[in-house]
Amino acid sequence: MNTMHSPMKMDDSRAVLNIVGLSKSFGSLQVLDNVSFSVAAGETVCLLGPSGSGKSTLLRCVNWLERPDQGRILLNGAQIGISNAGVVMSDRDLATMRMRIGMVFQHFALWPHLTVLQNVIEAPVHVQRRPKEAVRAEAEALLRRVGMYEKRDAFPARLSGGQKQRVGIARALAMKPELLLFDEPTSALDPELVGEVLAVMRDLALEGMTMVVVTHEMAFARDAASRIAFMDRGTIVESAPPDVFFSAPATERARQFLQRYSAASDRSLATS
Amino acid sequence: MIHSFGIVWLHRDLLLSGLANTIVLSVLAALSALIFGALISTVLVRRARTTAHIVRFLIDVARCTPFLLFAYIIYYGLPSLGLRFDNWGAGLLALIAYHSAYMAEILGSAWRSLPQDPIEAGHAFGYSGLRLFRRIVLPPLALNAAPVIGNQIIQIVKDSAFLTIIALPELTHAASAIQSQYFVPFAAFIIAMLLYWALCLVVEACVSTLGRMADARR
Repeated sequence: MNTMHSPMKMDDSRAVLNIVGLSKSFGSLQVLDNVSFSVAAGETVCLLGPSGSGKSTLLRCVNWLERPDQGRILLNGAQIGISNAGVVMSDRDLATMRMRIGMVFQHFALWPHLTVLQNVIEAPVHVQRRPKEAVRAEAEALLRRVGMYEKRDAFPARLSGGQKQRVGIARALAMKPELLLFDEPTSALDPELVGEVLAVMRDLALEGMTMVVVTHEMAFARDAASRIAFMDRGTIVESAPPDVFFSAPATERARQFLQRYSAASDRSLATS
Repeated sequence: MIHSFGIVWLHRDLLLSGLANTIVLSVLAALSALIFGALISTVLVRRARTTAHIVRFLIDVARCTPFLLFAYIIYYGLPSLGLRFDNWGAGLLALIAYHSAYMAEILGSAWRSLPQDPIEAGHAFGYSGLRLFRRIVLPPLALNAAPVIGNQIIQIVKDSAFLTIIALPELTHAASAIQSQYFVPFAAFIIAMLLYWALCLVVEACVSTLGRMADARR
């Protein structure tokens, strides 16, 4: 049985995101080691792995919030961060690429001076320069969809974590992104609020949104992901559909990771 | 005593035109100092070290100079370097330059204490440069720093009184003119003081409005 799906074998012409030979170090610590990785249109890829394995750094390199040391990142064929002339892009050109990628943050990162509705409208109107009335109607529809329409005039400080994150997702969707990145979207939430956020993300996955999700929610990864990319020590060790990954991981490192996780969840079940 | 207040009342036109000039000076100086201070603070929070060091040095020089001396240098000192201003030009320049240094310091430290996540989100959503500053950084910055900025604007109003020494016809100058002509120092200066106080109340009212806006967002 072929359980080892190499990320290199994917048909790159269909890829929304294509990462080739990405490396990144923080000082003497190499966080990403020659990572290559593709995401096809409509795929939901969950990046799993122990903490410190480089998942978040990989995600943050995609839109150059972290600047990679080496490698190429292509969004629907257009390179991010490096211009056609082969030099680092100007801030303005980089910003133009970034507005094509939505991002949802671990700590929500909503703009505190704006209401819920204003948060969603802000970037489409002021960065993408789309007409305000149309954006507003879309924003209201998005807020209805994530169940936050009633709170549209509230400021972020008045919301629970789960509510903030649902607004964060609506804000990212309002950009009509070609790719949506989630950086541990439920890690900062109280356990009882995790479900409402995962439900929204699950719907997006079903609708065919192209997403890369860094998460520790194994149940979500199992149900909603079209593929799992397992990272350890700065490389993608294994890339497989979730049923394969969870039932028959190909590598020893993935096996150990899953064992530690099920042991941890057994412990928390026993104590609760 | 009543008589001396009557004399001041007779010359209320002079006092009111002084008040108007004080308001014009203070508003122009406050707005310009805020704008320049904001621009300078963008240098302070940058990592470009040499520029930041030079700017920090200049700010420290300005902050450690008494304002009166600062005004003297601009009005009496600069002409010997070939830079000549009339009393309005010199007065405004002194107020703006001096208080830009304070505003830069105020905004710079407020900026450093802003949470970084929303600013990073601004980058991720395609903001950069001036637009990032104007839409994402500045509004929370202004709300957080409003009380300190308000204090500084009150300081601007009060410092404008020093400009009487370069014969700028502002409120203190007017009060001083009335008292020296009619020998009514107490009445003239008390009325001027009350007018300054009224100006400060207006500034404080603006600050507390901003404070309520900030509280709604916290």
